[in-house]
Amino acid sequence: MNARAMFAIARKDLKVVSQNKNVLVPIIIIMVVFFVVIPWLAGLMPTLINVAGSKMDGIEAMLARMPAGMQQEFTGYSLSQKITVLFLVYMMLPLFLLLPVMVASLFAADSFAGEKERKTLEALLYTPTSDRELLIAKVLSGWLAAIAVGWGGFVLYAINVNAAAWSQMRHIFFPNAMWLALIIWVIPALSGLGVAMIVLFSARAQGFQDANQLGGIAVLPIVGLFYAQVAGAMFFNTTIVLLMGLVIWLLTWLLIWLGSRSFRRNRLLGA
Amino acid sequence: MNTVITINQLTRTFKETVAVDNLSLEVHAGEIFGFLGHNGAGKTTTVRLLNGVIEPTSGSMRVLGFDPQVDGPALRARTGVLTETPSMDERLTAWDNLSIYADLYGVLKAAVKPRVQELLAEFDLADRAQEKVSGYSKGMKQRLALARALLHKPELIFLDEATSGLDPVSAHHVNGLIERMARREGCTVFMCTHNLVEAQRLCDRVAILEHGRLVALGTPTELTRQYVRRLDVEIEVAEGQTEAALKILRGLPQLVLGEPAQPNGALVVTVNKRESIPDMLASMVQNHVRVYRMAPQEANLEQVYFTLHEEKDGVQ
Repeated sequence: MNARAMFAIARKDLKVVSQNKNVLVPIIIIMVVFFVVIPWLAGLMPTLINVAGSKMDGIEAMLARMPAGMQQEFTGYSLSQKITVLFLVYMMLPLFLLLPVMVASLFAADSFAGEKERKTLEALLYTPTSDRELLIAKVLSGWLAAIAVGWGGFVLYAINVNAAAWSQMRHIFFPNAMWLALIIWVIPALSGLGVAMIVLFSARAQGFQDANQLGGIAVLPIVGLFYAQVAGAMFFNTTIVLLMGLVIWLLTWLLIWLGSRSFRRNRLLGA
Repeated sequence: MNTVITINQLTRTFKETVAVDNLSLEVHAGEIFGFLGHNGAGKTTTVRLLNGVIEPTSGSMRVLGFDPQVDGPALRARTGVLTETPSMDERLTAWDNLSIYADLYGVLKAAVKPRVQELLAEFDLADRAQEKVSGYSKGMKQRLALARALLHKPELIFLDEATSGLDPVSAHHVNGLIERMARREGCTVFMCTHNLVEAQRLCDRVAILEHGRLVALGTPTELTRQYVRRLDVEIEVAEGQTEAALKILRGLPQLVLGEPAQPNGALVVTVNKRESIPDMLASMVQNHVRVYRMAPQEANLEQVYFTLHEEKDGVQ
């Protein structure tokens, strides 16, 4: 494998995408909403609920439905602290997973399909890279970007969560072990899966928008996880997160392996 | 003579369309080989096939000793391709474009900076190296694309319409570079073009392609001799002898085709073959016409091209 050439393609893609407002603006909006606006709204939620005079019976009932192991984590917390932890630590977890998939989708959609649109693909095809190197390089650029945004977003989120909830919690409560597992283990895997899926689709799509459509489909399972948790059908814990990461890594590896076996540069030219 | 490209009965189809049809030819080391044909004749497809970017439907080829389908990456490390559109990343600067491709082509790390500097200077782009390519003129983009194709000092370079859309000064500059690459640096140039004047001036040999099929192959001189059956000859005779000359020429229907023309006072006749010229001169001299000048106007590739095209239309 020609690592230098692959990193050159990744460097090129990252530079090109960093100049593309169609990609950058959505990422910035997502980061601000997810990592700044939501933590502060959630941090203020118990106060707002109290001010509005709403009853917290529903939330208490939801907490009561949680597995025993999880309930232990809430021991010693007041109701408003429980609400804060429930929302910022548990409910936000599947939503946080959306981020690498969305970033991966934006970057990966711009890979082959964007190059076709900009008419820069042909020069790349004449370089001394093999088909497999070309595919992996394209996956690599989207993957690195998604991880960078995921990890950067996590740091931003951690700071905002602790700051926003400080009046309730009075100590640094975030991240816990489950979130660390998510960031170190699941985010890279999920980013890889999202990128590989969309890059392979992007190779057949005619333009950026076509390829980006798939991003909408790719986030659906994650939205499903969010609703499952809200409905009390399942709750994340460290073990589930680790297992989920393992399954996603296997799927990512399988997709890249299958993709690299079938990927041919001549198909990129519509031949 | 070393052969760098050998194509044997190469065919490539796209659904029902035959883009390259049973093509066989050889290109020799160090020559500028012109690949002529109108748009859609199969030139770009052939370049893609020869670089292992697409697969042939049938036939075989060897390029620099490699089979493009098997050893594509190794082959492409030794070839350079200037695509029909400059295919530059317009959001990047010229410097970024070249340095990234230098990495892709495996230019030694220590040599990347000096090589990029050298090429930017060579192509007169050094002053604007840090500007985004989107602000470049078409000629500048084309020069940058050519610089990119030369980054790794390829042994064989494919130029697909290298001067298409360039102003005459830029085209002259690019043609000068092509000539220098082949003549001084020993690079083999495979030049796709439909600019017949350019091909005539630059190419050692040319192949003419029509609907993917090879219809002529040889040096420009060989092809003009072989295919151009009519030749215009400009004749200058002594003052007052034009009418006498015309009378003699009209009496030679076996040599002279049609009515002699008299543009700008000179006499121009069309003869059926080069060998008719001495006979025509002899007739005039025997009839006491004083001939000052008899200049055959050399046939060119343009005439060859149109002769072949007319023949094809005639067949159809």
